[in-house]
Amino acid sequence: MHHVIIGAGPAAVSAAEHIKKLDARSEVTMLAAEDVPPYSRMAIPYYLVGNIKQEGTYLRKNADHFEKLGITVKHARASAINPQAKSVALSGGDSIGYDKLLVATGATATKPPIPGIDLEGVYNCWSLADAHKIIEKATPGSDVVLMGAGFIGCIILESLAARKVNLTVIEMENRMVSRMTNRTMGTMIKDWCVDKGIKVLTSTKVDRIDAGDGQAFAVTTNTGDKIPADLVICATGVRSNTAFLDGSGINIDMGVVVDDYMQTSVDDIYAAGDVAQGKDFSTGDYYVQAIQPTAVEHGKVAAQSMVYGNVQANPGNVNMNVLDTVGLISTSFGMWMGVDGGEESELVDKDNYRYLNLQFKDDVLVGASSLGMTQHVGVMRGLIQTKAPLGEWKDKLMENPTRLSEAYLAGAQAQHQNNTA
Amino acid sequence: MTTPKTLILDADKCTSCLQCEMACSLEHEGLFSPAFSRIKVFEFEHGKRSIPYTCTQCEEAWCMQVCPTKAISVNSELGTKVVDESLCVGCKVCTMACPYGTINYNTRSGKVTKCDLCGGDPKCAEVCPTDAITYGVAT
Repeated sequence: MHHVIIGAGPAAVSAAEHIKKLDARSEVTMLAAEDVPPYSRMAIPYYLVGNIKQEGTYLRKNADHFEKLGITVKHARASAINPQAKSVALSGGDSIGYDKLLVATGATATKPPIPGIDLEGVYNCWSLADAHKIIEKATPGSDVVLMGAGFIGCIILESLAARKVNLTVIEMENRMVSRMTNRTMGTMIKDWCVDKGIKVLTSTKVDRIDAGDGQAFAVTTNTGDKIPADLVICATGVRSNTAFLDGSGINIDMGVVVDDYMQTSVDDIYAAGDVAQGKDFSTGDYYVQAIQPTAVEHGKVAAQSMVYGNVQANPGNVNMNVLDTVGLISTSFGMWMGVDGGEESELVDKDNYRYLNLQFKDDVLVGASSLGMTQHVGVMRGLIQTKAPLGEWKDKLMENPTRLSEAYLAGAQAQHQNNTA
Repeated sequence: MTTPKTLILDADKCTSCLQCEMACSLEHEGLFSPAFSRIKVFEFEHGKRSIPYTCTQCEEAWCMQVCPTKAISVNSELGTKVVDESLCVGCKVCTMACPYGTINYNTRSGKVTKCDLCGGDPKCAEVCPTDAITYGVAT
């Protein structure tokens, strides 16, 4: 049985290792499009800040890790799939046959269609190659404009600040990280950044980028401001890598649509990770979550299906995010924005940059978000995923959401006593 | 393979003296600071009941599975999931992925920390005066 995996990110590596665990005799080939060992994009900000070397971003540390497991890492880019012939065309002109195929091609950072966006010196921050270019340009005292204050934008703020650049952040939405924050929390993150000396323009759009005198650009906003920039980093969004699947017959929506076994609309072809539009735990709907935990879980489910057939269904993945914005840590879980007919418990402490928001449906926690909390944050996932009825603790949490760990533990102990009684 | 020893936590015996938290932070951080302890005592009903709580070294190893830089591995002798601080980049994904909330971000080191059973000689069990925390094979 030959399993071919297109991609070499977390979902691909998770799937490859699980396939080998379940069926040691199978042949596994991972197609890595970039000419570096499988690495984690998530680790790039730490590479930018200089905490780790390039090797520190690698998903597995021993150079012979994949070889030892009998996994072939082939450096090649897939250009098309032919499901009838069961083969993948490679950009060099070769092709590779498969019995089971996993599409784990991830996503790519996009650039908005504005004048000047393709100028040399306007970079995404997505690949190690991007990181190398940013490191070269982001020198102390240089003017840097960061477009987009989403996950990627926020997480690279620290590395840019550490490189002592003059930083301006421009965000279209009215707050920071709008995909994980409500107005209160997103505004607190903005205040924190401003307090750290970062200029943050929210509800602002970049209209155009012009090559100015010498090296500097002029970044023009919709409010008419002209901001000088030696470097423009574009972190406005990402898109699943599905273009090479055109004409394959595979159903594509926002990403590759998969069923609960991670299979695409075509037999023997599966998808996982940032490219896959899989089942969300909270809503039961299918959408692209594009987060590390889901990539790993997708890879595991896909591996199971590829080896044993479509028997073990994915119950859905809990959407969650953790973010460090220049030292201010935020998290969000599940239906952090709340649900119809639900209730909310909120703690706002603007002076100390602490925030906690719990969302309930009846006496079950269905979503949560936090700011400035680092201890036991995982219990939010635990409570959401187990759908544990909180009973009397629901009322206590409505009064004081910070008693969350206690509520979790009280429930866990009750459970334990029931099990051992 | 013999069953590895674990921390056996008996809430009924815990008096909330917090010596475990002191010993843990001293062992791992070199200071007496419960805030940096990897074992935590939760008090209920204004101290009438106390529950010591830490990582159970669970089979699923959510933290290890999710780590993007392979910074967490199994100590095969002890069954512990151990963070290699030289490989941890401090991304905190494990802290949200662990549904028990027992791997946490350490603001001093910029890395995550969790119980490693002190390499087979857990200090919390050693100092616990009431045997609320013992180290042995769970029955």
